[in-house]
Amino acid sequence: MAPTRRPSKSKYTADRGVPGAFEGETVTRRRFMTGTAHGAGALATMGFALPALAFAIGPIFNNDTLGWQTIGTPDMFPDDNYIPAVIVIAPGIGEAGNSTVYIRARNASIDTTPPTQFNRWIAISTRCAHLGCPVRWVPASERFICPCHGGVYDLQGVRVGGPPPRPLDRFFTRLHDGYVQVGARYSVNSELRAFSPRDPGEPLDGIGQYLYPSRPSVRI
Amino acid sequence: MPKLPAVPIPPRFLPQPPPPGTQRGRPRTPLEKGAEAGKSAVDWIDERTSLSGGVRWALFRKVPKGTNWFYTLGSATMIAFLNQAVTGVFLAMYYRPDAGGGAYESVRYITNDVFLGQFVRGMHKWGSSVMVILVFLHMGRTFFFGAYKYPRELNWVIGVVLLILTMTMSFTGYLLPFDQRSYWATIVGVNINGTGPLLGPYLSDFLRGGPEFSATTLSRFYSIHMLLVPGAIAAMIGAHLYLVAKLGTTAPPWLRAKPEPELVEEQL
Repeated sequence: MAPTRRPSKSKYTADRGVPGAFEGETVTRRRFMTGTAHGAGALATMGFALPALAFAIGPIFNNDTLGWQTIGTPDMFPDDNYIPAVIVIAPGIGEAGNSTVYIRARNASIDTTPPTQFNRWIAISTRCAHLGCPVRWVPASERFICPCHGGVYDLQGVRVGGPPPRPLDRFFTRLHDGYVQVGARYSVNSELRAFSPRDPGEPLDGIGQYLYPSRPSVRI
Repeated sequence: MPKLPAVPIPPRFLPQPPPPGTQRGRPRTPLEKGAEAGKSAVDWIDERTSLSGGVRWALFRKVPKGTNWFYTLGSATMIAFLNQAVTGVFLAMYYRPDAGGGAYESVRYITNDVFLGQFVRGMHKWGSSVMVILVFLHMGRTFFFGAYKYPRELNWVIGVVLLILTMTMSFTGYLLPFDQRSYWATIVGVNINGTGPLLGPYLSDFLRGGPEFSATTLSRFYSIHMLLVPGAIAAMIGAHLYLVAKLGTTAPPWLRAKPEPELVEEQL
């Protein structure tokens, strides 16, 4: 048996027999008041909630580039060993905002990436690609070694042991007025292809670059 | 609505009839006058709030046979939380969330120079571990006694939210002393959060307040640690306790208590 159709109700409150209905009225005053009160409450809540939320997540969209930082002269850096230099990565908080960078001159017999004006010196970040502990360059074994969970990287910064999912990050370098300068950080995959900077623990091979998007405000 | 059980007052504390020849209802001795003052103050509030009914509803409940010391783990967790709240408020009187070195210096000052500072800081530090241990013991008790089953599933869910909030407190509080251990543990912890696919990188940025650990990270963690999460925990504890009072506690499983017949679903 087919379901019986409900008799269609008139949209006019007067036809539906609502007490006190006006001619041509479609929304009862009770319903209008309820909607107005809810709407005003929602508006008032959004009035403080949305600015507060934007205030809390605003720094995510900042792009505070620190520009180029001078770290030395070209003759300071050999092409077969790393020299450490200290740069600022977060200004205004003293030593907590500093980071160590390992630098050597580009060596055409090791570095296969095409030469540009920004990789005449290879600057390796000490931030372990596993979870961000500071790696140390051990010249005797020609390895970067992380103290936290045993990540090991070779001279190129490519992982040779332990949990890191990608090689160590690098910095752009340039020669400026006779000084070597370090610029923005970028991440590399296991073939040393450059990507926008990522946080530690985020792989860049295969699907990784899509699963861990870079931040929209910091792109290389 | 069933009648609430009467307050079990021992007979000798019940009101006695006045000795012959005295005026009825008038306090006589100073002790009685003092007791009357307290009673009239409580009555004044109760007349305007009807709180006594709620207090009786929450405290004078029927408990099942076999209730034992394992049932106190929830209260113990709450006492641990109150310990954290009180000591935390007083630590905040001396603490400075300044990543430029002021935070470490203020914690050093609390530990070495403030009267009882090391003791109160120790209560907060070790109390946090105690709270985490008690939360897990309480959770284990609930699990092994089957106390999460119908109709108490929602209370289990609230408990899991409280567990996550407790973990958030531990994570954000760990940074505040701002020594080497705090700093690197937070770097690692934020990066672990970032390993979640798709949303992880944005979560890291939210926690740090930007792409790098910076001046705002410490104050952000401090605000989450002492304002955002404690308020949420207090509200959640209120909901948790309301449901405990409303639903009652379960008998231990070894008693094999039979539920009320009207609560048993008909077996087909």
